[in-house]
Amino acid sequence: MKLTAGAVITEPGNAAKNKTGSWRAFRPIIDVEKCTGCGICSMYCPEPAIHKGKPAKVDYDYCKGCGICANECPFHAITMVPEGKR
Amino acid sequence: MNDKPFPESLIAPGHGACAGCGCILAMRLALEALGKNVIISMATGCMEVVTTPYPETSWRVPWIHVAFENAAAVASGVSAALKSLGKKGVKSVAIAGDGGTADIGLQALSGTVERGDDVLYICYDNEAYENTGIQRSSSTPFGAWTTTTPIGKVKRGEDRPKKNLPAIIAAHGAPYVATASVAYPVDFMNKLKKAAAIEGPTYVHVLAPCTPGWRIDNSKTIEVARLAVLTGFWILYEIENGKLNVTFKPPKRRPVADYLKMQGRFKHLTDAEISKIQKMVDDQCKHFGIE
Amino acid sequence: MKKMLTGNEAAAIAAKLARVKVISAYPITPQTVVVEKLSEFVADGELDAEFMKVESEHSALSACVGAAAAGARTFTATSSQGLVYMAEMLFIASGLRLPIVMANANRALSAPLNIWCDQQDSMAVRDCGWIQLYCENNQEIMDTTIQAFRVAESLSLPVMVCFDGFILSHTAEPVDVPEQKDVDEFLPPFKPQYVLDPEKPVTMGPMGVPEYYEEIKCMQQEAMRAAKEKLVKVDAEFGKKFGRRYKLLERYHSDDADVVLLTMGSLSSSVKEIVDRYRERGEKVGLVKLKSFRPFPVEELIDALGHAKAVAVLEKNISFGSAGALFLDTAASFINVEKPPLMLDFICGLGGRDVEALQIKEAIRAAARAAESGEVRKAVRWLGLREKLVGLRT
Repeated sequence: MKLTAGAVITEPGNAAKNKTGSWRAFRPIIDVEKCTGCGICSMYCPEPAIHKGKPAKVDYDYCKGCGICANECPFHAITMVPEGKR
Repeated sequence: MNDKPFPESLIAPGHGACAGCGCILAMRLALEALGKNVIISMATGCMEVVTTPYPETSWRVPWIHVAFENAAAVASGVSAALKSLGKKGVKSVAIAGDGGTADIGLQALSGTVERGDDVLYICYDNEAYENTGIQRSSSTPFGAWTTTTPIGKVKRGEDRPKKNLPAIIAAHGAPYVATASVAYPVDFMNKLKKAAAIEGPTYVHVLAPCTPGWRIDNSKTIEVARLAVLTGFWILYEIENGKLNVTFKPPKRRPVADYLKMQGRFKHLTDAEISKIQKMVDDQCKHFGIE
Repeated sequence: MKKMLTGNEAAAIAAKLARVKVISAYPITPQTVVVEKLSEFVADGELDAEFMKVESEHSALSACVGAAAAGARTFTATSSQGLVYMAEMLFIASGLRLPIVMANANRALSAPLNIWCDQQDSMAVRDCGWIQLYCENNQEIMDTTIQAFRVAESLSLPVMVCFDGFILSHTAEPVDVPEQKDVDEFLPPFKPQYVLDPEKPVTMGPMGVPEYYEEIKCMQQEAMRAAKEKLVKVDAEFGKKFGRRYKLLERYHSDDADVVLLTMGSLSSSVKEIVDRYRERGEKVGLVKLKSFRPFPVEELIDALGHAKAVAVLEKNISFGSAGALFLDTAASFINVEKPPLMLDFICGLGGRDVEALQIKEAIRAAARAAESGEVRKAVRWLGLREKLVGLRT
């Protein structure tokens, strides 16, 4: 790679190559029956790693498993399960 | 590989923020509200460090980090350059944490506001110097544990009230000052849009919980930020050209203990101490016309 | 066109001729007139620029950083306490590789408080990564400031133009002011290498992790080394266009001298006069006036001083616990040279103390004695010191 004078980074958003999904200890599972597509989960996701939709779609590449979405979903459509379990 | 799950997300995921971080959420919401025609001047702090470890950056907008105490001054310089070069339609935005605003950053911010510079200043308030390990700032609320206000035999937590930054900025005569909470994202984004449209110094102060600093579970960030508002601990308002407008009045104000008991940083509080805090909150609510 | 100008006025007019776009500076004696003059130019519409009424020097340079990063040609000025107050920012500006130009009216550092001339302030920040150029007179201030923008922008390095507080800043001298159109030809508009622009977003000032920090700093050092050549080139071009050249250093009757004095700034003028008197008497004494302190022109100094028997460094600063900064760097330059000249360091003129003819002659005598005896009994001395007050015999 070529270093830039003053350490300027010219590729916007190149941090996206870090798949922070590897951080997870718990993963969110969407219950497609309960999900109404309200988008609240997507609004509150810090990463962002969950798309608004019916049903909402988790981007497991980046989801860190914080559980905010599960905690906030008004329809209790999201459950956090230990990573590695189905 | 999908490196743009949110095609319009101006902060790319893959950053190093803690799981459940309230501040990075505030950043994402802010950029959603403001759009791509901004230049961000950011202070040293959590947000700067987790988003830009060379050679990686999460930012999809022009962004500069300079030092800890001068986000406002740098943003003023950006604004002056844009003006001098006749570049229109780009907003200079300064972003700093509570430390970089209330304490070390107060002088620069005061200068920017006093000069009437065209800068939107966003303070993300996690109520301590979280990036360096949870040391107190003047924005740390009364009674809170931090690593420099520990619970000991002689002293028990923060013994000073939270510095009222919005009031200080309003007293400068800034055309627009507002408070916000990440639990009320639409309110936050509306306030940012309003502030950005004003030519002059505007200030938005967003309460954004820190999960390790506040000693809360990762998943409780929003719940806690909401309770801050529902208990009157943190009030959502705006001051437009000196006129106060409370943008959300909790319908039935909950006791402050509901908020405090959710957080490990307050778990040492005795009933007497909680009563004291309740009185402080009651006085504050009275001032804002909240029952 | 020739005008009687103080050093401060010369600096301000040079910045105006350079068509700076953003001025961000905080007043401090003895630089205040630079800031005042520029605010007058802007207020009168003579200079189309944003004049920022910053609330401190730290914010002054911070605003310059923001402005330069956003693509504007920027200028600031300070002195003494202001310079060290913004010290954090000096390192950042150079680390970010921004071509900011600053006028520094050299003034002593507190404590105790002293508003008069010495070079302690700029010497205190010699490590900060800024090019440091020293001026002997107000013409040189005018010319150097204009050249500074060319040098800064072509290297992406900030430049500090230093001149003695009060002695030059407040003294009027005849200065040939270049014509605007000539300066425009010499100095094209600023074209930044990187710029903050939503059309092409970049991230500036990331966290420089250990994997890359050393390399990034090495690049900075390489840029400083390249600066030497660039300074000479720009100076030559300036000379061709405006008829005045300065180079990295000036050799004044030094090529055949056994005893050579080494100075920076206005003191050079005083020493030149003493050198003239010695030469009238047929005594081989010379002066090397150093203009560029950073980058430090090692080869050029070895070339200029190598033949001498003794070099007397006269400088208005001291690195406490060691010696004067100019002496230290000069001595280090010769460390691997065979048969280097003997070197003596004379700390003088601190806190606005006048450096008198008698003192300069004292230094020459001491150097001559060393040259004759072949040894230096005491390398670091003070000139013009009232020994009785201190209880010392220097």
